[in-house]
Amino acid sequence: MQITVKVNGTAHSADVEPRLLLVHLLRERLRLTGTHIGCDTTSCGACTVLLDGMPIKSCTYLAVQADGHDVQTVEGLLENGQPSPIQAAFKQEHGLQCGFCTPGMMLAAKALLAENPDPSEEEVRWALSGNLCRCTGYVNIVRAVRAAAAATRDAEQAPVGQEVSA
Amino acid sequence: MLPPPFDYLAPRTLDEALDHLAEHGDEAKVLAGGQSLIPVLKLRFGAPQWLVDINRIGGLGEIAEDADHLRIGALVRHRDAERSRLLRERYPTMAAAAPQVSDPLVRNLGTVCGSLAHADPAGDWGAVMLALNAELVARSRAGSRVIAAGDFFEGPFTTALRPDELLVEVRVPRRPGAGGAYLKLERKVGDFATAAVAVRVSMTDGRIGDAGIGLTAVGPSNLKATEAEAALAGAEPSDEAFREAAELAARAASPSADTRGSADYKRNVVRVFTERGLRQSVAMAAAAGGPGG
Repeated sequence: MQITVKVNGTAHSADVEPRLLLVHLLRERLRLTGTHIGCDTTSCGACTVLLDGMPIKSCTYLAVQADGHDVQTVEGLLENGQPSPIQAAFKQEHGLQCGFCTPGMMLAAKALLAENPDPSEEEVRWALSGNLCRCTGYVNIVRAVRAAAAATRDAEQAPVGQEVSA
Repeated sequence: MLPPPFDYLAPRTLDEALDHLAEHGDEAKVLAGGQSLIPVLKLRFGAPQWLVDINRIGGLGEIAEDADHLRIGALVRHRDAERSRLLRERYPTMAAAAPQVSDPLVRNLGTVCGSLAHADPAGDWGAVMLALNAELVARSRAGSRVIAAGDFFEGPFTTALRPDELLVEVRVPRRPGAGGAYLKLERKVGDFATAAVAVRVSMTDGRIGDAGIGLTAVGPSNLKATEAEAALAGAEPSDEAFREAAELAARAASPSADTRGSADYKRNVVRVFTERGLRQSVAMAAAAGGPGG
């Protein structure tokens, strides 16, 4: 059936089988391979995308359900070609090793910060508890999210045109 | 893993959905959150011919009270329950359970009613609704039917719902001042329960008026610990009463040994959690004060 999904701000129309998972639409039809498939059992969150701003597991959502909705993937985190504060913070704080869980972590973090601009460590851990990491032990991931939160708050408070160090 | 092929319907009204279910009956499955259904399809544990997606139907997403009941509509997500001030203030068993269902991503989509209709023996909401003596409202083209929670769960993934019926809401009797708890042991966040206990207690004049106890993941379906509940009715809220009820609840459980633990271990978790849950619920109800629980 025909569907139209806005992905990272661009509308895409496609003819899909109802059984096509959203993650497969993104990866295989749209070649946006930043969204990963980790477990196939709805456990790991590597496939996390934002659906109308809300983080979901795209491996457990049908493409046809996304008809008429907005999806953001990790590729959509760039801001005018520049890394977003979240991406910069993950780099700065070494919030990744193999990077497989990282897109999901960053998108879940984005959704958290949209609701809670100053989350505690506890709140970060809770919000990201649907995203599993096998490499890092989570410590630097939490640091990265809190650094991103601080950088975002700083950027919002800085007058226009003034450079703010992260 | 990929779901098997199916045809997909996305009705815009409840009547349309009921028409589809009447027509396709047991060849159809309802898609609400999909957080249980889609994994079933991916694992090929089921291959319905039709999926009836109810997400585009308005008016099903309400959490509201009327004179006698709290009503939870078919599209109320676990997340909505988790964030509900009404639940936090007046329905402590539900408020305790909501944040413990799976993980935040699943909670964004999965629904309370969907969980009940799916009837996984390890599902959390079933135990809660058994403890609360909730009623489930099933609609079909033929009309409406109210099913008591105690009559709803028939076995693993099997409920009293007919193939042409949609669970449109679950309703919980209002019990001002009731205390409640949901204690869940899981190996890691997002895992199914190793064992879990839902407790609800209403107090009258310093004694337990009546209590509800529901069990998760320790039987072929969610279980109601009816003997434990009977022992608590009218009882003095003493350590002795809690221990006795906990023992009865543990005996009501029929857990299977698996990677989450032995049967004895799970039974013991039920015992400990029932006692703890009763203590917490009584304290909460006593603090709420006033006659009538």
